[in-house]
Amino acid sequence: MTTSARPSYLATQPKEDNYLSAGYGVKSWLLTVDHKRIALLYLISLTAFFCVGGMFAVLIRLELLTPQGDLFQSEIYNRLFTMHGTFMVFFFLLPSIPAVFGNFLLPLMLGARDVAFPKLNLLSWYLYVVGGLLSFGAMLAGGVDTGWTFYTPYSSTYANSQVIVSAVGIFIAGFASILTGVNFIATIHKMRAPGLTWFRLPLFVWAHYATSLIMVLGTPVVAVTILLVAIERLFHVGIFDPALGGDPILFQHLFWFYSHPAVYIMILPAMGIMSEIIACFSRKRIFGYKIVAMSSLAIAVLGFLVWGHHMFVSGQSLMAGFIFSILTMLVAVPSAIKVFNWTATLYRGSISMKTPMLYAMGFIGLFTIGGLTGVFLATLSVDVHVHDTYFIVAHFHYVMVGGVVMMYMGGLHFWWSKFVGRMYPEGLARVAAVLIFAGFNLTFFPQFILGYLGMPRRYHAYPEEFQVLNVFSTAGASVLGLGFALPLCYLIWSLKYGKRADGNPENAAGLEWTTTSPPPKHNFHSIPVVTEEAYDYTQREAPGV
Amino acid sequence: MSDSHTTAARGPLDHHFETLEQQNETCSIGMWAFLVQEVMFFGGLFACYIVFRYVYPEAYQWGSDHLDVKLGTFNTAVLIGSSLTMALGVRCAQIGQKGRTAGFILLTMLLACVFLGVKWVEYGHKFHDGLIPGVAWDPGPGAPNGSRTFFGLYFAMTGMHALHMIVGLVLMTFVAVRSLRGRYSPQNYIGVEVLGLYWHFVDLVWIFLFPLLYLLGRHAGGGH
Repeated sequence: MTTSARPSYLATQPKEDNYLSAGYGVKSWLLTVDHKRIALLYLISLTAFFCVGGMFAVLIRLELLTPQGDLFQSEIYNRLFTMHGTFMVFFFLLPSIPAVFGNFLLPLMLGARDVAFPKLNLLSWYLYVVGGLLSFGAMLAGGVDTGWTFYTPYSSTYANSQVIVSAVGIFIAGFASILTGVNFIATIHKMRAPGLTWFRLPLFVWAHYATSLIMVLGTPVVAVTILLVAIERLFHVGIFDPALGGDPILFQHLFWFYSHPAVYIMILPAMGIMSEIIACFSRKRIFGYKIVAMSSLAIAVLGFLVWGHHMFVSGQSLMAGFIFSILTMLVAVPSAIKVFNWTATLYRGSISMKTPMLYAMGFIGLFTIGGLTGVFLATLSVDVHVHDTYFIVAHFHYVMVGGVVMMYMGGLHFWWSKFVGRMYPEGLARVAAVLIFAGFNLTFFPQFILGYLGMPRRYHAYPEEFQVLNVFSTAGASVLGLGFALPLCYLIWSLKYGKRADGNPENAAGLEWTTTSPPPKHNFHSIPVVTEEAYDYTQREAPGV
Repeated sequence: MSDSHTTAARGPLDHHFETLEQQNETCSIGMWAFLVQEVMFFGGLFACYIVFRYVYPEAYQWGSDHLDVKLGTFNTAVLIGSSLTMALGVRCAQIGQKGRTAGFILLTMLLACVFLGVKWVEYGHKFHDGLIPGVAWDPGPGAPNGSRTFFGLYFAMTGMHALHMIVGLVLMTFVAVRSLRGRYSPQNYIGVEVLGLYWHFVDLVWIFLFPLLYLLGRHAGGGH
């Protein structure tokens, strides 16, 4: 992998020898322990849950088209936003990039034949699916109305919906996340090819290492919290319910101890994809590689010390508020380092604006807005003003959709040829990327203004003066929906009709590009020996256009 | 570093590893990472214990007085003994004594069953005394505010611990059978080794549970 000349076997590889053609039956997929097939299983199930979550988003935006609550009653509306949040957070965003791209790419990037524990990896997928189906069943049986945070006493004393089933689903899916984290940690520590030292690793791997640490350290805490909610409800033991002698603030502490770091479980892998794409499409090594790698770890560590910023108005002490406020602002530092370093990487780079790069550019803008509004919210007095308004909704959608989903889409296009061996249609893909960017901003930017003006979240009706901005938002959501529908169609189309791709269409650096597309079942015919740093683009020509 | 992964003659080496050393180290680090998540899981329970100890000190003292220190002490000794037999089992696997490995694991299982049996008796006493929230709760007029929470946490913590022991029993059965079938050797006994790690962790959890639940409140109240 030292020069742009490709080994001759890539061109002459017999068609039979790839992971997709290694077996065709349903059993060969459902019982596979191949990390690449498991990644595709995740891709399919994640897409299904994304559609379920998206459907609820459509219903929410339709209701908010008019100031009156005319489409749904408030009780139904409570269920709509809860189900939207639950499916999108727990069954799409949290597993999204690690489960699909982490699974598929980590062993390839490390020069390994599989993840450390292939059977455990398959178990993770089954746990995820069982958890997802339980929550789906809870939805069919009437849904949940607590908000995705399951705050007590909504989820205890005043629960009147399928809280237990849904919580059990999330509990089970949590174990999928934990096992994935354990698997990735062992993989990154012990499965690296000879010569692949820590500081030669792609930043995607660093990002997944930091993510795995959070999965392993954070997820069990929310698991035990759910368990305690169940114990409280089944045996009437006062833990979180004040009527029984419990403490509802304790629930919020335990919940956010996980659920704030969980934000970094979502965004860190997105940042990893970002580094890969920026380096490839500006033909340069990432500026300040080590700092970017370390900033991932810094985010993972600091991310555990800021949960109290979700609780500024909950009754926690003023001193705790001060400390959490300052620590929250500190997280902005490593995040900003990343954004500055990606931007510096572009400087004097040979930039080509292909689809993945369009998503990367979108990410920089949207994540910057999402991140900076996070600093507003970390400021105690500002937070009191905009707490539980649409300002918050806009902020976290800029990070979750503008950050994570943009990079999920960027990664999907960047590695699509590696996944399936065929190219997506470039022109249509660029149109979709622009549609998503425009639709996203039209949907969520008005919500910043709405929130600042005082429109609270989680209500199905609102005063008439807010209608214009809400109409903008719903119109934007339609464009956004179209933007997501397009890739769904053309990527499926490309499976059969896409142009066949060679092993490395962008002539990108990284061990995953030294294999054929799709890769052989065991990834490498012989384990590669690494002799160069990550992102060595000095000798690599960009492909001719 | 060869095409050997396609051939059948790889013995105990899984298809995706290059050397036995790599396989062993990977399994070991995997178990350590898993135990880290276990620490965080029990950590959540301990955090609740601490919060409510601060809120309901009288209930904790009263609750500790209603736990059986003698049975708890006996069980602590049993569990520490089981850690010893497990360590001896790992040592036997290391020097290739397959029969003894299985023997020590069986002894560990026996001690685990003694522990669970005693726990069963203790739970039975609590049932009889009406100290199981939601199942049999009738603690009498003297019970201070918060005693229901104390016993809720007592059953949650010791119950999760017992569940981990039951999982350990299943794993031990599996490893003992594999040992008897000669699946382990001095170069390849990582299965026994990580089972040992797991078991010592379960033991260690009890080492914290016992004083926190049985002894601490009693001491605060001046003893009985």
